[in-house]
Amino acid sequence: MIDDKKNIRDEFDDEEAVSTKEMTLSFGPQHPSAHGVLHLLLGLQGEKVTWADPDIGYLHRGTEKIAENLLYHQFVPYTDRLDYMSSMSNNLGYVLAVEKVMDLEVPERAQYLRVLCAELSRLAGHLVCIGAWGVDLGAMTVLLYAFREREMIMDLFEMICGARMTLSYMRIGGVRWDANEEFLTKCKELMEYMPERIDEYERLITGNRVWIKRNKNVGIVSANDAIDLGLTGPNLRASGVPWDIRKDEPYLIYDKLDFEVPVGSVGDCFDRYLVRIAEMRQTIRIISQCLEKLPEGPVVVDMPEIVPPPKDEVYNNMEELIHHFKYVSHGFKVSEGEAYHAIEAPKGELGFYIKSNGGEKPERLKIRSPTFVNLQSTHHLAKGEYMADVVAIISSLDPVFGECDK
Amino acid sequence: MRELTELEENTLIVTFKKRFAADILGTVVDRVRAEVTYTIKKEAILGVCHSLKSEPDFKMNALSDLIGAESGESCPRFEVIYQLLAMESRLRLRLRVRVKENEEIDSVTKVWRSAGWAEREAYDMFGIVFKGHPDLRRIYLPEDFDGFPLRKDFPLRGYKDKYNPNGEER
Repeated sequence: MIDDKKNIRDEFDDEEAVSTKEMTLSFGPQHPSAHGVLHLLLGLQGEKVTWADPDIGYLHRGTEKIAENLLYHQFVPYTDRLDYMSSMSNNLGYVLAVEKVMDLEVPERAQYLRVLCAELSRLAGHLVCIGAWGVDLGAMTVLLYAFREREMIMDLFEMICGARMTLSYMRIGGVRWDANEEFLTKCKELMEYMPERIDEYERLITGNRVWIKRNKNVGIVSANDAIDLGLTGPNLRASGVPWDIRKDEPYLIYDKLDFEVPVGSVGDCFDRYLVRIAEMRQTIRIISQCLEKLPEGPVVVDMPEIVPPPKDEVYNNMEELIHHFKYVSHGFKVSEGEAYHAIEAPKGELGFYIKSNGGEKPERLKIRSPTFVNLQSTHHLAKGEYMADVVAIISSLDPVFGECDK
Repeated sequence: MRELTELEENTLIVTFKKRFAADILGTVVDRVRAEVTYTIKKEAILGVCHSLKSEPDFKMNALSDLIGAESGESCPRFEVIYQLLAMESRLRLRLRVRVKENEEIDSVTKVWRSAGWAEREAYDMFGIVFKGHPDLRRIYLPEDFDGFPLRKDFPLRGYKDKYNPNGEER
């Protein structure tokens, strides 16, 4: 049949004949680069992305509804399961919001311990982000290195509160356990060890040609667009907006600490990577200062109605047993009113809005989770990029679906 | 814990009240928690938000969060809470709009794009309909889900159906 045509290539010379049809591709929720359970619908014109529509909710547990049916202190463990890569920050966001409604200030040692632990979890969170990002782009080594150091942070958490991931360390009115000398020494050792390790990650990927090609000028978002889309945290700072709640609206003791807020200039994936690396170095500075300045004193407020008694007292003392029983079964009343408190979590602004009607349970609790808002910008970032770059873009937003889906 | 700063007193209380006198239904200045909340007329919310973002007195360039809630009264049953932020002056302001059941409220997606998903969430959880939203669908729950789970009359365990054998009988 070939003889009938002059040239079999003829029909492909016509541009229109080879034009591709738009295709819809379901990326995830079981894709290894989908960071958990992201189902991303992508419109493709050949290799180019024309639109992206994240379909979330696979991990929706109704955390806000659960909160309305729990006593205030019972909700702390649920916050561990929001951004499970950095539970301490979630604990902190929640207890600070409740304390804001109650108009309560915790003792200074507790404030230092809170900052110290929240920053440790920021370090752990960023390590996971960069490690997983590396794997998504085909650099396996960096994940293994990052998880090696993350393991040390997990060990520290185990030392201070007995758990590795679901910590529930911060409680309303302070922290659950005091830090002992062993913890502080190990923490200090880690802080001396970490800068070298960060240099090592940088040697592995920062100057790596493949890493640069895959990230530079990919998924660019301008400063104005970033603010308008609601981006916060490292993703916003990568676009050159120096907004950091720790600096701009300091809570706890952040105003007494000396640290810088690294910002990017272009707002591409590479900037988002560099900002996280720089932030890890600042975090080490913060933790070192906390260790240096850590004052002596109590770690909980002197208010028996909102703080459970020490465990050994409960076992040996009748009154403390009754106190413990009353605390666990009845909780405590929180004064009427509403408050919104935002903290700088590793992924961005983590806000808790709490409305209290004067009872033991919140009337309404709303979680403003950074991932939920950041992920909204996927369409803006991925439009016009290549299909393969979507993987880099998602990793650079650092989504965690525990908090996105609530 | 902290007192209202002079800037907050001037901008959020004095200037705001002067500028939007006709649109304010109620004011709460919480000096204990250093927060200012205004209840705004439902019809005026889009205009107020637009002015707050664009006028140099306020420059509320970011919408931190948009919260759907039950107001605690039977009518108007719902409220939408806007948690605004001006990054330059570091001011936060809360606006509240009361919405009756089966009533629509103007979407603010034209002012802040970040409102898109937040409004979808409020619709998903409470059934509050935002007029002018480009893509008002459920966000967490499946399209065919029956009911709005964060409403107070929705049972904690949900309703009994083939997927949820432990739910409450309707």
